[in-house]
Amino acid sequence: MEKIFQKLSLSSASLVFVLLIGIFITLYTAAKPAIDEFGFDFVTNPDWNKEVSLNPTSLTDTVVDMEEDSLDGEIIDEDDMEIADEDDDAILDEDEDDMMLDDEDDAVTKTIYGGLVPIIGTLLTTLIALAFALPIAMGIAVFLAEIAPKNIANVVGIAIELLAAIPSIIFGMWGLYYFAPIISDLFGGYQVSLLTAGLVLGVMVLPFMAAITRDSMNTTPNVLKESAYALGATKFEVIKDIIFPFSKVGIIGSIILALGRALGETMAVAFLIGSIFVLPQKITDPTISIPVAMANNFGEASGLGESALFYLALILFIISFAIISIAKFYFLKKAN
Amino acid sequence: MTKVIKIALASTVLLTSLSANDIIKGSGASFPYSVYQKWLKAYNKDTGIKVDYIKKGSSKGIKDASSRAVDFAGTDKPLSPKVLKKKGLYQFPGVVGAITMGYNLPGVSELKLSRKATVAIANGTAKYWDDAVIAKANADIKLPHEKLTFVHRADGSGTTYNFTYYLSKVSKKWRKTYGAKKSLNWPGDHHIGGKTNSGVAALLKQTKYSVGYIDYADAKNNDIAMATVENREHNFIKPTLKSFQTAAAKATLKPEKDFYAVIADPKGAESYPMVAATFILVPAEKPEMNKRVTKFYDWCYTNGQEIAKGLGFVPLPDSLTSKVRTYWENKGIK
Repeated sequence: MEKIFQKLSLSSASLVFVLLIGIFITLYTAAKPAIDEFGFDFVTNPDWNKEVSLNPTSLTDTVVDMEEDSLDGEIIDEDDMEIADEDDDAILDEDEDDMMLDDEDDAVTKTIYGGLVPIIGTLLTTLIALAFALPIAMGIAVFLAEIAPKNIANVVGIAIELLAAIPSIIFGMWGLYYFAPIISDLFGGYQVSLLTAGLVLGVMVLPFMAAITRDSMNTTPNVLKESAYALGATKFEVIKDIIFPFSKVGIIGSIILALGRALGETMAVAFLIGSIFVLPQKITDPTISIPVAMANNFGEASGLGESALFYLALILFIISFAIISIAKFYFLKKAN
Repeated sequence: MTKVIKIALASTVLLTSLSANDIIKGSGASFPYSVYQKWLKAYNKDTGIKVDYIKKGSSKGIKDASSRAVDFAGTDKPLSPKVLKKKGLYQFPGVVGAITMGYNLPGVSELKLSRKATVAIANGTAKYWDDAVIAKANADIKLPHEKLTFVHRADGSGTTYNFTYYLSKVSKKWRKTYGAKKSLNWPGDHHIGGKTNSGVAALLKQTKYSVGYIDYADAKNNDIAMATVENREHNFIKPTLKSFQTAAAKATLKPEKDFYAVIADPKGAESYPMVAATFILVPAEKPEMNKRVTKFYDWCYTNGQEIAKGLGFVPLPDSLTSKVRTYWENKGIK
C-alpha cells in the first residue's frame, strides 16, 4: 500500500514535469522556422507582418516606407502561402485588367515578423494589472482577516471567491460595454487601450490575490498577535509588524499566481486592448499582447506566420517561467 | 451476459456510424455563418436531414476541404480553377453579403463617402473629419474638426478580405502596398481593432467620431449609421437590400471558371460597391455526398431567400442559381 501510494504521487508529480517539457518541445519545433528566419531580432523588431522587398539594395532596409516604396511591393497573400503561390498569376480575370490583383513587377518580397509590440504589450498590461490589484487585494485581505466582524467577512469572502469563478469572456464584454466608456471619459483617449485592458485584468486577478493573502493571514498564530496587543501595539502596528511579515510567503505566492493568470489571459484582453501592432506612446493607446495576437491570428495563419505565432508563444512561455522563477527564488529566499 | 454486452456494443457502433453518416459536415468562412446556420435549421425542420456548419475562417475551411475533413467548406476567398483541379475540389457560390461603412458622428446622419475618402480613411491619410477628401462629397454637412478613429477587425476575417479587395480595386496604390488580405497590419496611428463583428459594432457605437467597415446585418442590428458610398459610376448609393441585389445581379460569375471571381465593385449605375460573394467547396471524388450537399444548397436557393434577406444577405439571383444548377449537373453532383 505504502509503495503504491508513493508511486502514484510520484507519477502525478512527474506528469506535470513531462507535460511542461512536452509543451516546450512542441512550441520549439513549431517555432523553429521563424527562429531560423528571424533569430533574436524577432524580440526587438516592432514590425509584425510587414512586407520587405528582397532587392539587394534594400535587403538591410527593414522598414519599407509605405509612401515611397509602395511601387515595388508585391502582393503576397500570406494567409495562404501554398495557395497564393499557385494562383498569384491572376486572382481575378474580369474585363478590367487595370484593377486585377496580379503582380506585374519583378521585385521579390518577403514578409517579416517581429514580436516587440506584443511582448511589450503583455508586460505592460500585466504591470498595470498588478499595480492596480496589489494594494486593493492587500486591503481586502487585511479587512477580511483582521478588521471585519466574522459574519461580514464571510459574506465578502464568498463574493470575492465568486468573482474568481466568472469566465473571462464576461469580463471582456463587461469591460467593452460598460467599463471602456468610463475609462475614456476619465482619462481621454481610446476606449480600448492598454489602460482599459490592464485595469480589467487587475479586477480579474484581484480575487486570487485577496483570497490567498487572506488565508495566509489567517494562519498567523493568535499567541503572537495577542502578545503584541498585550505589549500595547495598535491594530495597525500588529498588522504591519506581525501579520505582514508572517504571511509574506503567502502574499508572494498569491502574486505569482496572479502573474501567471495576467500574463496568459486572452479572451478579456482581446476585447479590450485594441489589437493593433503599434507600440503605445501613452497609457491610453491601443496595442496588443502575445495571447491576443495568437487568438486573433491563429485561425488564418499558415506557413511562416503560424511559425512566428508559435515563436511568440515560446517567448511568453519563457517570460512566464523567468518571472515566476525569479519571484520564487529571490523573494522566497528573502522571506525565509 | 457477454453476448448482451456485445450486441449492445455492436448496435451502438452501428447506430453512431449511421447517425454520423446522416450529418452533412461543413466548416469554414464565418462571414456567411449566420445565414447558413438559419438555413440548415430550416432545412432540418423541412426534411429531417442534419447539416452542420462550424465557423473556423476561410483559410481553415480551405484546409479542411483539401484534407477531406469535411463534406463541404465555406470560403470567402474563391479558389482559381487551377488550384481547384489540383486539390480535386468543386466550387460554387453560396450567398452574397454586403459590407457597409458604419460611422459614429454626433449630429451627422447622412454621411457620404467617396472612393478616395474610403481609401484615405483606411490608410490613415485622413486624420480629421473635416479633411478635404471627406468634406468634398459632403458639401451640405458641416463636418467637425475632430480626430477620426478607424475601427477594423482585429481577428482574421472574410469581411476584411472583401473590404481590402474593394480598396484594392479602388486604389492602385492600396493594391500595390497591402492588397486583399484576411488580416492586415493596418497603417496609420488612428485605428483600433475590435474582436469579431460584435466587437467592431460595440466600438463603433461607443467611440465618438469613429468609422469602420462592418457587415450589413451587424450594422443594422446595432443601429449603426451606415454611410452612402460612391460606386464605380460615381453615384452615391445607400446601403439597402435593393442596391445589394442590383449589384449582385451585375456580378459575372462564370460556371466554366468554377465561378472564380470576387464581385466587389460591380458595374451598374445603381449597384452598391461593397458586396461580396461567399463560396462552397466540395471534394470532387465524393459524388454521393456532394449530391446531398447540393440538394441542401438547392433547397436554400429556392426556400432560403427570405431568411437571407432577413439577415441582411442577398439571395443569389435566379440567373445565377440556374447556372449553378447546370454546373452541378455537368459535374455529376446534382
